[in-house]
Amino acid sequence: MIVTQGLTKKFGSVLAVDGIDLDVRAGDRYGFLGPNGSGKTTTVRMLLGLIFATSGAAEVMGQPVPRGLGTALPQIGALIEGPAAYPHLSGRANLEMIDSSGPGGSRRTRRTRIEAALEQVGLASAGRKPTKAYSLGMRQRLGLAAALLREPQLLVLDEPTNGLDPQGIREVRDLLVTMNAAGTTLFVSSHLLAEVEQLCTRVGILDSGRLVLQDELETLRAPTGRVVLRTPDVAAAVTLLDGRVQHRDGDRLVVAGLAPEDLVDRLVGAGLKVHEIVVERPTLEEVVLSVTGAGSDRVDSGRSEPDTLVGGPP
Amino acid sequence: MIRVEIRKLMRRPRTWISIFLLCLLPAIVAILLRVTQLGPRPGEGPAFLSAVLANGALFPAAALGIVLPLFLPVAVAVTAGDAVAGEASAGTLRYLLARPVGRTRLLVAKLASVLVFLLVSVSAVAITAYFVGTSLFGSQPVATSLSGEPLSTNEVIKRTVLVVLYIAWSMIGVASVALLLSTITDSSLSAALGALAVLVLSQVLVTLDAAGAVKPYLPTRYWLSWVDLFRDPILWSDIERGVLVQGVYVVVLLGVAWANFMTKDVTS
Repeated sequence: MIVTQGLTKKFGSVLAVDGIDLDVRAGDRYGFLGPNGSGKTTTVRMLLGLIFATSGAAEVMGQPVPRGLGTALPQIGALIEGPAAYPHLSGRANLEMIDSSGPGGSRRTRRTRIEAALEQVGLASAGRKPTKAYSLGMRQRLGLAAALLREPQLLVLDEPTNGLDPQGIREVRDLLVTMNAAGTTLFVSSHLLAEVEQLCTRVGILDSGRLVLQDELETLRAPTGRVVLRTPDVAAAVTLLDGRVQHRDGDRLVVAGLAPEDLVDRLVGAGLKVHEIVVERPTLEEVVLSVTGAGSDRVDSGRSEPDTLVGGPP
Repeated sequence: MIRVEIRKLMRRPRTWISIFLLCLLPAIVAILLRVTQLGPRPGEGPAFLSAVLANGALFPAAALGIVLPLFLPVAVAVTAGDAVAGEASAGTLRYLLARPVGRTRLLVAKLASVLVFLLVSVSAVAITAYFVGTSLFGSQPVATSLSGEPLSTNEVIKRTVLVVLYIAWSMIGVASVALLLSTITDSSLSAALGALAVLVLSQVLVTLDAAGAVKPYLPTRYWLSWVDLFRDPILWSDIERGVLVQGVYVVVLLGVAWANFMTKDVTS
């Protein structure tokens, strides 16, 4: 869907995007992560033909950028660095305006498509209110509606849940997952780890203009091979698991070299009580910090938030 | 796209407010003239104003003469300056281009909507001035041209239409400057002010003998030549030059605007 080779953008002497090789496949829910100012928006703008690359090549939906964008863009829905609308017009009028501006949106179906999109994002009852009276969340929803107008095959969304309340974030996430299941590829750029972690299947991590990591989320979050255990009988457990406890923090132990089922066997066999036992997985945060320089020791620091096997919500 | 742009222009309150104000100014002048009966002496003050007291049918021409030097160029500079920069500062430019709307198409559509604004506003001034003029001052079946020959009402109307077209065309130079600046800056205010600065400069130089060498090429040099349309016979030479000078400005400035816009990184 999106393939780039050595895509680079310099603004004057500032290197905003430094030779990135993106690979977004059809059907992906791709999370494009990076701190603010790392070049995410510049990349998105290059992919959509708003900014011209200094060097390197990009292909979107099989079309070269920017030459072939005329045929690719009608099938792409985009939210670029926040929504925008004509302030004196209603949400409906805004959608009508943008839809009639370009190709790929039949006039005959316009009304129904607009109503459907407004319904999808929960703005159907916004009525004739001019968008200048909209709240931040409503604007965001309108921006999403504009992206959904023509049943896009690819959605390029820059910070899609910005300004939404938790309820709204949930709704948008569900909507995006549903659309993805129906065949829409998602390319979501965000600086919010939690958002990407909950929505995406594949991530690319950008750090000061360079793509430092690109992989399946599942792979990145694979178990570390260690098990986290909580027990009231800490001292007895440490003795029993002689040498296998790597870290101890109150009643919490990090155990290496033992499968969780074997661990439970041994503990229960010795008559020890177990509060909780979980397989340790790195969080996306730890993955990100490990590849973006500063916090490379954090993965091994034992502060992982593991998936719970016993007790607690999954 | 042109239709969309025109619709956008027409649905914007500011368009109608500026057209209303453009029509209001001559009406105020007309009312003052009617109440005081104090016309400027022939040859002084805005063109035609002295003749209006005798024949209201000449008021459209006089009204255009009133709005031409300042009001009209300001309205045009604001509208054209807002064309691209306004979309940029509202953030809608990126969505238009990603829709996709080709950059050339967008620029052409913007230019077309500015032209429509020009024609609508100039015609609106002429039409309201006709009604204001004839109802306040009455109309004579025969007016007098600047050369002293009589003009029939039909002839007056025909020439007023020519004046409308000429004045609209005269404004297109301002519009091109504003449109060019509009593709350079993201602030519509800067674009409008820049265009007005060019305008003021040109108007100052026109009155300056030391600027004689560049005078024939200044965008405002032939603005007042529309008066020649009310001579008998019509004095075409300055009109033709005026049309030509504006034409050159349009081609050159819009060419630069196009080249700039095509290669510009849209970061707004």
